[in-house]
Amino acid sequence: MKILKEGTGELVGWHDPDENRAWMAKRSRAIVDKRMSLPDAVSKYVNDGDVIAMGGFGHIRVSMAGIFEMVRQKKRNLTMLGKTGVHDIDVMIGGGILSKIEVAYCFGHEMRGLSKCGRNAVESGRVKVISEISNAGHQWRFLGGMMGVPFIPTRTMLGSDTFRKSSAKVVEDPWTKKPICLVPSCNPDIVFIHVPRSDKYGNCQYDGYVVEDFELARAARTLIVTTEKIIDNEEIREKPWKTLIPGFFVDAVVEVKYGSHPCNMPGQYYFDEVAISEWLDMSKTDEGLQQWLDKYVFGVSNFEEYLELNGGEEKMKYLYELEHYRADLKAPWLDKKLGKKGGK
Amino acid sequence: MAQNGNFYTATHLMAVTAGKVLKDNKSVFVGTGLPMIAAMFAQRTHAPNLLLIFEAGSIGPQMKTLPISVGDSRTGYRAISISTMHDNMSFSQAGWTDYGFLGGAELDKYGNLNTTYIGESWEKPKVRLPGSGGGNDVASLSHSFIIIIRQSKRNFVEKVTFITSPGYLDGPGAREKAGLPANSGPIKVITQLGVYGFDETTKIMKLETVHPGVSIEDIRNNCGFDINIPNNVPTTPIPTREEVKLLRELDPMGMAIGK
Repeated sequence: MKILKEGTGELVGWHDPDENRAWMAKRSRAIVDKRMSLPDAVSKYVNDGDVIAMGGFGHIRVSMAGIFEMVRQKKRNLTMLGKTGVHDIDVMIGGGILSKIEVAYCFGHEMRGLSKCGRNAVESGRVKVISEISNAGHQWRFLGGMMGVPFIPTRTMLGSDTFRKSSAKVVEDPWTKKPICLVPSCNPDIVFIHVPRSDKYGNCQYDGYVVEDFELARAARTLIVTTEKIIDNEEIREKPWKTLIPGFFVDAVVEVKYGSHPCNMPGQYYFDEVAISEWLDMSKTDEGLQQWLDKYVFGVSNFEEYLELNGGEEKMKYLYELEHYRADLKAPWLDKKLGKKGGK
Repeated sequence: MAQNGNFYTATHLMAVTAGKVLKDNKSVFVGTGLPMIAAMFAQRTHAPNLLLIFEAGSIGPQMKTLPISVGDSRTGYRAISISTMHDNMSFSQAGWTDYGFLGGAELDKYGNLNTTYIGESWEKPKVRLPGSGGGNDVASLSHSFIIIIRQSKRNFVEKVTFITSPGYLDGPGAREKAGLPANSGPIKVITQLGVYGFDETTKIMKLETVHPGVSIEDIRNNCGFDINIPNNVPTTPIPTREEVKLLRELDPMGMAIGK
């Protein structure tokens, strides 16, 4: 195949498929109890310098509990696959655990505006963007990793600077003779996924909003699952079609109720816009950021204590009602935005 | 805030105008903010069978109120399916997506968009922006796309700092030459001042309508490149009071349309 163009972005998370097969071959297929504490899972499986990806999407179904624990344990020099990462990447940047990012979508909070914390880190050089990619391109990197092939051909990114700064290549398609983009497969060293329910063996069931977890779970070289609740294996076997991550892909299972707060857990709780606003405000300055980390990460020993500081069960009941259109959205960032406009 | 004593704002006009571009029984890949409003508006008015597609997986929802994110559970309200990103991006690549919607920090006359960075170099940007997200995919894989953006001399530039999402690149035939799907590309640019199309031969932006109260001079003064302005440009139709009321119902909090 003739190579027509090569992106100059740094290639991360790519493994020769044979090397990756050997890694997967060594992983256990045993049906064993994989439950452990979050501190144990993080200290056992997350290594400084790892290439990491988070399941979910944006502020949806992200394992925030996993991130807080990595920050608490002062993991360092992680390379993040920024596949639409917002609050997750922000806290990882603020918490000092990331040094490089491959960016599909980062440093923004969609309707809420840009993230000062993420922007500051990149603009000052504290965190380095090593490559660009599109959301579909990123997700197809994981598809390639899941399939055990070296790349996936796609018609996205062609002709753009996003391609030019990516780690993809454009080749001449042997059939049509037209240029086609090859995104390199990706098998992250470590992946966290937050799921609605799992049994103790790591069999995870979903209620929609899978996004790219199906591919990511299978591409992961190590997978830590945090789950809203642990259910009995019999329940899994009653509705096996609901299982999207069979347990053998999973290395550790950690039960963390509300473990995605302040993000959205579809069907269970909507965004906590009050908590997100507080983060956006405080993380604007280094002092504010430090205060936030001291209060919510270093000042508590686990996710339950963090949640208590954010209103505990009562808040989660409100977010459940909000998820089901039975409560009004409270969003300080929006009041601010509209207040400003009205003041003009 | 209504302007000039009108019952509608420039944002209302942009949302309604964008919504009207979308035809019934077509499919649209929807992004955060005004695009969502435009698609929801079209579905509640002239295009009840408009098929909404979200990158995070929702297909065919009939959303009640504006979601905050393209992945949040509001995008799945009365959907016909909640699938995956792989599925929705793949069937778009295979030709199922008629329209996409994009915005950006910078736009050039070929409809190329920058949402990656502003400044001297990518390595050390003055302002780091979020990057492509699904933007490049929408620009690459949809049959056509509509750009909603506020225009000024500063952001309507001769050449964008970084082509995050491809318009017609550097002119006619460039998309096909790069390997992008045939006969695809931007079809409209909707701003607070007017509506633009793209010249069929040159692929350069061309003014189609000006919004009420906006002069050709305003258009020129808020554009950093030499803009193609034909003679006798008609005025953009204004929204009706009912249409503005509907926008407020779709976005009761004013997240995208303001208060």
